[in-house]
Amino acid sequence: MTLALEQTLNGLQFGVMLFLLAAGLTLVFGIMGVINLAHGSMYMIGAYVAATSAEHGAPFAVAVLAGAAAAAVAGAVVEAVVVRRLYGRNHLDQVLATFGLILIANDGVSIVWGRTPLEMKIPDALAGAVPIFDISYPVYRLLLIACGVALAVALAFFVARTRLGALIRAGATHRELVGALGVNIVQLNTIVFALGALLAGVAGALLAPILSVQIGMGEQVLIMTFVAIVIGGLGSIRGAFVGALAIGLVDTLGRAYIPVLLRAVTTPDLADTLGGGLSAIAIYVLMAVVLIWKPRGLFPVSSR
Amino acid sequence: MYLATLLVLVAIPILAAIFGQPFWVNAATRIVIYGIVAMSLDLIVGYGAMVSFGHAAFFALGGYVAGILLTNGIDSAFVTWPAAMLAAALLAAGVGALSLRTSGVYFIMITLAFGQMVYYASVGLKMFGGTDGLPVPARSTLPLIDLRDATVFYIVCTVVLVAFFVIASRLVESRFGMVVRGAAESERRMTALGFPVARYRLVAFVIAGAVAGLAGALWADFSRFVSPDMASWTRSGEFLVMVILGGIGSLAGGLYGAAVLTGFESLFSGFTEHWMLVLGIVLILIVLFAKRGIYGVLAGRRHD
Amino acid sequence: MTEPLLAVRGLRKAFGALIVTDKLDFDLAAGETLAIIGPNGAGKTTLIAQLAGDVRPDAGTIALNGRPIVHEPADVRARLGIARSFQITTVVPTFSAEDNVALAVQSRTAMQMHFWQPARADERLREPARAALERVGLSARAGVRASDLSHGEARALEIAMALACRPMVMLLDEPMAGMGHDESRAMIDLLRTIKTETTMVLIEHDMDAVAQLADRVMVLVAGRAVASGAYDDVRRDPVVRDAYLGEN
Repeated sequence: MTLALEQTLNGLQFGVMLFLLAAGLTLVFGIMGVINLAHGSMYMIGAYVAATSAEHGAPFAVAVLAGAAAAAVAGAVVEAVVVRRLYGRNHLDQVLATFGLILIANDGVSIVWGRTPLEMKIPDALAGAVPIFDISYPVYRLLLIACGVALAVALAFFVARTRLGALIRAGATHRELVGALGVNIVQLNTIVFALGALLAGVAGALLAPILSVQIGMGEQVLIMTFVAIVIGGLGSIRGAFVGALAIGLVDTLGRAYIPVLLRAVTTPDLADTLGGGLSAIAIYVLMAVVLIWKPRGLFPVSSR
Repeated sequence: MYLATLLVLVAIPILAAIFGQPFWVNAATRIVIYGIVAMSLDLIVGYGAMVSFGHAAFFALGGYVAGILLTNGIDSAFVTWPAAMLAAALLAAGVGALSLRTSGVYFIMITLAFGQMVYYASVGLKMFGGTDGLPVPARSTLPLIDLRDATVFYIVCTVVLVAFFVIASRLVESRFGMVVRGAAESERRMTALGFPVARYRLVAFVIAGAVAGLAGALWADFSRFVSPDMASWTRSGEFLVMVILGGIGSLAGGLYGAAVLTGFESLFSGFTEHWMLVLGIVLILIVLFAKRGIYGVLAGRRHD
Repeated sequence: MTEPLLAVRGLRKAFGALIVTDKLDFDLAAGETLAIIGPNGAGKTTLIAQLAGDVRPDAGTIALNGRPIVHEPADVRARLGIARSFQITTVVPTFSAEDNVALAVQSRTAMQMHFWQPARADERLREPARAALERVGLSARAGVRASDLSHGEARALEIAMALACRPMVMLLDEPMAGMGHDESRAMIDLLRTIKTETTMVLIEHDMDAVAQLADRVMVLVAGRAVASGAYDDVRRDPVVRDAYLGEN
């Protein structure tokens, strides 16, 4: 029971952080129709800058903001130089060009920071654990859940209630119309891209203290982000939220329980072998099942 | 141009012997094997517009099946190679039947997911080495020919490459191929004419998978080692890069792309350890400005 | 009484609150040319799409030669004998005109896959293709890439493809869409020679074409057939005039 609660909370924490990544990625795909593999690199930049800021004495909140800002700037630059030329191109071109961006980002980071992973400490004020029912749960992870949910709410409000948000929603379904309304679509695209990068950077910065800040960290999480937005439906923020939480919970709970469940039905050896494999692929099985049932995801956005 | 390529392929072992550089033959063998995979991928990506991001899974499965047979004393190439192809074909039939229900970016993602499943399966199945991989004790054997000789093995691989090239060239101009190519441009028209497009695509997908499986078996023979990263998504990405570098929809481009990508790594890592940065830039430039790749440069005119 | 070639009963389709096909019943006799006319948004193209199998109706039945086809997908229906042309030209752009028609010829054996012989050298495909192109007047343009054809030529190509399928029923969605005066005349003449050998459902706005080609006219307004009969009767029908004039 205690294990279940702890794992569920971990799953939620993973899920909301994944949502920060998924929201940006699904917006970029939904509005600009671009598959952006380099999204994980923004996450990585956010983590690296935050960790470095903290190392140089910046307070935690400042470090996180620095990471987010760096990612947003990187996003704007990338959009202006490369991504802008990918609109309307076929998906393979986009995949390959943004794959190239990953190579540049990873190597670029190694030039600036070297290849040794960085570390970022959890600030003392947040380092403890609090009792929840009968478990002792880390404060920092609770903070992550809170931040994630707060940002999700803020994003939902922003998209639903502000003028810029309305333009973004309109851009998702009626791209030409928005241009015809006299809105500077070029600027809008840059803003959306930078916003997505910002959210990714926040996720990277917030996760830096509990994960390893290293080259390639973006790719590990990128696949999961894609799985989340595909399950949710490309272009849908609500879908990104549902998808990200589903992935977070299925992955975390899967890893915790599948080996246990297998032990109950087969030999320990086989259970270990299969368990490791099955829990790793649980999220992919989920995606395959969802896509077979609903080939465009759970909340498909009908396109322009 | 094909003749020139063939001459180069044949000349390599001769030059290697003259200059006393046996590793040239090894490098060329690696390029030829990857070339086979890239060619098989071009068949479905370039001609069928099915962008599969999980093609490495078939390569890996073929390699593992051959490797496992060889580990268990079965070394006739008449068993290991067909077995690898059959296994890969069966996997492709399953993956294809499910994935081809989706299209566009969803197809890319679901093939990625299946690729990841194979990757994690090979990591998790410790009886086949897990992350450490599986050493292959011996090469497959053919009557009358000694495959243990590097040059002989290279020639056999080149024969396979050329044979597949010929078969694939016939395939794309055959009645079957015209349907697949027509569907890539106008699925609606092909369906309206009465062609069961999904079925045709599945057959193409299975053929491509089976050939990648054969290449995997050749790889197992060549490197005497199979490991999970033969199925990683970055490996699938590299195969896609080879297809576009060489010229998508040109078949021979698969070989050129394999040569460039493999050569790139060796060439540039000599100059700088930041060859990935250079590759990233080159990739972006090619996608943005040189769509037809190396084949386009060499051929000078549009292929049809 | 001979069985109708195409029998539609109770066809209904709605997109949300919008009813595009409203309990439609009609028969099509073999050899007949039925023109479907109506103001914009009447649901004509959606009707063709439901007959062809692109769109699933919410209710109703469709029978081809007595055989129910409403649950069959589009490619099965095509193999059973339905050929269609699209309102927006839909051909394979990088293939030549002859390649496109050869595919239509090939579609008669769509379930057989041949992997080795080059299709472009196969006279069993090319010869009938050239014959179809000749009929529509595109012989001189046989080797031209479809995307390089003029609009009128591309529309004619679709007709050639429909012919080459040797179908039981042809569904033609505005074959003269976007054509100038001379091109339209040519298309009407062509369709007039074709209509004697085939059964056709024709959506058209050009009343000249309808007058010359239609054996029977059905008027669709808001998804309902408000009139059906010979062209002269229909165009004098006050309900029909109201629908067209009332639209303005």
